[in-house]
Amino acid sequence: MPLSHLKNVSTLKYDPDRCAGCGLCAAVCPHGVFEMDGRKARLLDRDRCMECGACSRNCAPGAIDVRAGVGCAYAIMWSALRHKPAPQCGE
Amino acid sequence: MCSCGEEGVKPSTGGDSDGPYVVSSTFATGRLSTPAGDIPVVSSRLNRRDRLGTFRVRWGIGRDRYAIAPGLYALGSPDPRSPVLVTANYKLSFDKLRASVAGLNAWILALDTLGINVWCAAGKGTFGTDEAVRRVETARVKGVVSHRTLIFPQLGAPGVAAHEVARRTGFRVVFGPVRAADLPAFLDAGMKATPEMRRVRFAFKDRLTLIPVELAGIAGNKGVLAVFILWLAAAIAGLKGAWGVGLALAGSILAGAALTPALLPWIPARMFAAKGALLGLIWAAFLCVLRGFPPEGAANIAGAAAGLLFLPALSAFLAMNFTGSSTFTSLSGVVAEMKTAVPLMILSSSFGLIAAVVFILLKI
Repeated sequence: MPLSHLKNVSTLKYDPDRCAGCGLCAAVCPHGVFEMDGRKARLLDRDRCMECGACSRNCAPGAIDVRAGVGCAYAIMWSALRHKPAPQCGE
Repeated sequence: MCSCGEEGVKPSTGGDSDGPYVVSSTFATGRLSTPAGDIPVVSSRLNRRDRLGTFRVRWGIGRDRYAIAPGLYALGSPDPRSPVLVTANYKLSFDKLRASVAGLNAWILALDTLGINVWCAAGKGTFGTDEAVRRVETARVKGVVSHRTLIFPQLGAPGVAAHEVARRTGFRVVFGPVRAADLPAFLDAGMKATPEMRRVRFAFKDRLTLIPVELAGIAGNKGVLAVFILWLAAAIAGLKGAWGVGLALAGSILAGAALTPALLPWIPARMFAAKGALLGLIWAAFLCVLRGFPPEGAANIAGAAAGLLFLPALSAFLAMNFTGSSTFTSLSGVVAEMKTAVPLMILSSSFGLIAAVVFILLKI
């Protein structure tokens, strides 16, 4: 059984019109969310996205947007208790 | 719980002898004179001290202080054409890297991530573009190698923008495989990764590796410690039922923090909390059967209700905290899970505690 979490929650957005075809998104994604289809990246499966932000960080033309963060309940709880906007592990 | 480490090692301005770092002479085999100065030489063979250190941090002991001095290291006997492998200054990451590439001669550039591993540090941005640019400068990498290529671990990509590092340092950035063990094959293939090398896994063995640090984290929690001391006092005082309650809680903790991680893909349910609740419920039901089912008398019914309501909630909470150690949950996914699971946990555990109070009152 493949490991997957909830469906239809990822904030990943991809605009193929701005893709320059460098292929870095497909290379850096640890879950195979993107693949190269000729000179364009193709979004294969948004539900596998863990919002690490590697693709958008490495997309020079800014074709990818995602709210990057940690999928960690512990960090989310602590950030909420300390009224911090973005959950982070540790300090 | 998050496996990222809590505090991190505070950076120091001095060398590794007077800093907060593991002193390089304990793991280096010598020094190499380079145009960038004398740098430590390391081998792919880990010594006893390295292995002991790995064991220690796997149990969460001193994990926040297990860092090496950032900068350049020589692996084997590299020359100016040897590849530059970038990693974090968490000693576990550094050791894993060098042990994985036996026989390779390379330069290792350890970025200052405050002693946090590559992936977590990349998420925080400490393993990031700015630090990479700074470290390439201060370690004088240009004076040591004749080529202009840096090999970053793929999991550093959330913090490292390849195009920006290239623009600011003049070095081309190549993202290597996820696992250091695939580096030799990656290099042999002319720095090409197979799709398999690019995917993060979370195999049974990987999950088992994380269980000790989960359990150590629970044992080290102040609230848990307070409850444990109270329980210990009750057990020593010979309070009736103390051992049974202790066993029930311990089993429920193991169900959520050890069994759920180990059996993760095989437990039906998508939410971690639901997986934990299911195992906790099985454990509570088993205890009920052990004590005689159906329970007789109001006190025993209240006792069974306490177990069936509280124990699954406890297991669910601990299982939910394993999201941070997993390799595939997103912030949005965990927030969505918590919105459903946390109210249910609070409800279930509150009713469980009320039932426990009723049970105690009826027994006295």
